[in-house]
Amino acid sequence: MKKLTKSDHLKIYSYMLKIRRFEERSSQLYGMGHIGGFCHLYIGQEAVVVGVLMTIKKNDSVVTTYRDHGHMIARGLDPKRIMAELTGRADGYSSGKGGSMHMFSKENNFYGGHGIVGAQVPIGTGIAFTHKYNGDKNICRTYIGDGAMNNGQVFEAFNLAALWKLPVLYIIENNKYGMGTSVERAAAGSDLYKRGEAFGIKGEIVDGMNVYSIINAADKAGEYVRSGKGPYILEVQTYRYRGHSMSDPAKYRTKTELEEYKNSDPIEVVKNEIIKKKIASNNELEKIGKEIIEEVKLAADFALESNFPENKELYTDVYL
Amino acid sequence: MSIEILMPALSPTMTEGNLTKWLVSEGQEVKAGDVIAEIETDKATMEVEAVDEGIVKKLLFKEGDVNIPVNKPIALISDQQISKPKKIESKKKNEVKQKTLESIESKQSENQLLKEDFIVGEEQITMREAIRDTIAEEMRKDKKVFILGEEVAEYQGAYKVTQGLLEDFGEKRVIDTPISEQGFTGLAVGAAFKGLTPIVEFMTFNFSMQAIDQIINSAAKTLYMSGGQINCPIVFRGPNGAAAQVAAQHSQDFSSWYAQVPGLKVLAPSTPFNAKGLLRSAIRDPNPVIFLENEILYGLRGEVSSDDNFTIPFGKANIVKAGTDTTIVTYSIMLQKSLEAAKILKNDFDLDIEVIDLQSLRPLDSETIINSVKKTNRIITVEESWPVASIGSEVVNIVQKNAFDYLDAPIIKVNSADVPMPYSSSLEKLYLPQTDDIVKAVKEVNYI
Repeated sequence: MKKLTKSDHLKIYSYMLKIRRFEERSSQLYGMGHIGGFCHLYIGQEAVVVGVLMTIKKNDSVVTTYRDHGHMIARGLDPKRIMAELTGRADGYSSGKGGSMHMFSKENNFYGGHGIVGAQVPIGTGIAFTHKYNGDKNICRTYIGDGAMNNGQVFEAFNLAALWKLPVLYIIENNKYGMGTSVERAAAGSDLYKRGEAFGIKGEIVDGMNVYSIINAADKAGEYVRSGKGPYILEVQTYRYRGHSMSDPAKYRTKTELEEYKNSDPIEVVKNEIIKKKIASNNELEKIGKEIIEEVKLAADFALESNFPENKELYTDVYL
Repeated sequence: MSIEILMPALSPTMTEGNLTKWLVSEGQEVKAGDVIAEIETDKATMEVEAVDEGIVKKLLFKEGDVNIPVNKPIALISDQQISKPKKIESKKKNEVKQKTLESIESKQSENQLLKEDFIVGEEQITMREAIRDTIAEEMRKDKKVFILGEEVAEYQGAYKVTQGLLEDFGEKRVIDTPISEQGFTGLAVGAAFKGLTPIVEFMTFNFSMQAIDQIINSAAKTLYMSGGQINCPIVFRGPNGAAAQVAAQHSQDFSSWYAQVPGLKVLAPSTPFNAKGLLRSAIRDPNPVIFLENEILYGLRGEVSSDDNFTIPFGKANIVKAGTDTTIVTYSIMLQKSLEAAKILKNDFDLDIEVIDLQSLRPLDSETIINSVKKTNRIITVEESWPVASIGSEVVNIVQKNAFDYLDAPIIKVNSADVPMPYSSSLEKLYLPQTDDIVKAVKEVNYI
């Protein structure tokens, strides 16, 4: 069991809350027409990425899907530049050329942000291949949506990772729906992590609404992978409160189902733990909340004041 | 009466073989199906079986003899003991064999012509050796370079291109993959994002279709999507286009598919010389490069630069033969047929043809093409790909836009037939552009 300090608890709370407030603001800016295209929000899933990030080492790599805003915030990246990317501005992490689904930060070993379902899985496996090739003892955490678990290249990647004992930790973010199709209607057989068993890859289910469960599982799994035993799969069962993307009214599920998950809200879980352990008072947490609202507001202001890319940027970054 | 045992064609593109071992001796009795010799082909060492029974009268080559042409007698067997019904059966077999050999022979005569055109010095190596040597030289210089693909290591390459690399560099850097194109291509792209330089061998580019999403959506676009942060130094290479009678699913030319994509560079070598220079540029480039080889050219011999830093830049076409009357723009295997056509056109019609080998399909050397048309005023394109939206189509566009007033005739494109590749050797020949088609097109733009 990974031991958490008081400041760890507060860090967890802050990051999870920051992701939620950031996404709420993204939703608002989308409605106002400042963010275009596809925009996939992370609300409800905050515990997953924050929990995993508590176990990461500086030079470990991360690669994820298009639902990536939360991942970037948790990696400690600047919300101003993330929001600038969402609004297509020159100050964005991809200079306004990537948008919501394609954001990267090489200096932070964050390799995207991939728009094609499943494509990030062989890529993450290849990043892990490089860690092994270089003998640097780092690992690559590769996130997979439940929808991608029915995509062929995922199994090709599992096979390669197991065959070559690559240091890759696969984290399935099972939020129950691949766009509008429930896991039950898309995947034959339950327990997505068991699909690694055919390749001899160990795995387990983790409660994705409880950040502490995630931290423990990710810590153990991360060390397993780092020790050279090959890949490992965590199937984190979570829930997205919003639709698949901004244009999805989510009519394929019941309001009761959503309310049930909201009753076990992952941020409330952390808040209760902090109060129970007397790490901080309600007032102190409210103060943190206000600071975060202010930080997110500043990020939005920064983004909207930032310039659109210059026309000449259309033709840059095609070749190095 | 003796029966001749011929050097068999043991692969679709084999033109000659080496006799590594005799398993029978003169005077020995053999039955149909007995293994009589081991032959080393362009791809592997294979066993040869007797097709008839009888007594070995004479072995016509010794063990260790090399470069024995396909269809050349290698042994004589006396047929005294053959009974009648068996004779009929064996005759049938021979007929079938004869047919195959004919098609190989026609391929061979084409290759023969090639060699004449390219033999320049004494020190000649094959295209496959040129590619292998360049990979090895770059792997020696840079530890970040590694190669992966199906059968590249222990099998020594499906077309022997990677022969010896496993021994030289070990299994860490010469990696056999399972048959998972999408998986290992995506893995290599990830490795390139993280700073390595993978060389991905597709057993043929036909199989790259399984992986094309990773090539285009991941390898080609990520530099742009990341605002210049993450580049992808990777080479995708392997044989492209038709081999010999491998039919529709194994004979496709992908030149224009990949050349259409911003973020990719596309090269198509035609000789051992430019294969070395272009491949070295590809491996050293920080961007994804598609390197389109050709199976039939693997055995082509030619001189190469001995400078192990020799490169040919991207976007530079080669005027293989200067001329004044008509321009032929071509690339890859069609260079040879174009040169052959140029000879015929000189001899029969006194036309002085300029032959341009594009070498680099993206970027494309517009300038060389335009300057040539301004001189010759007539141009045709020759390529193996299908006609619709081909590289030739792009050349036509470049010329009409930049040298419209210099043209004395409409441009003609010579391409493969606009159908899937047929299996039958007769139809295959019809499908592919032939020297006669090129001659005809040049005559047409000269109103002859």
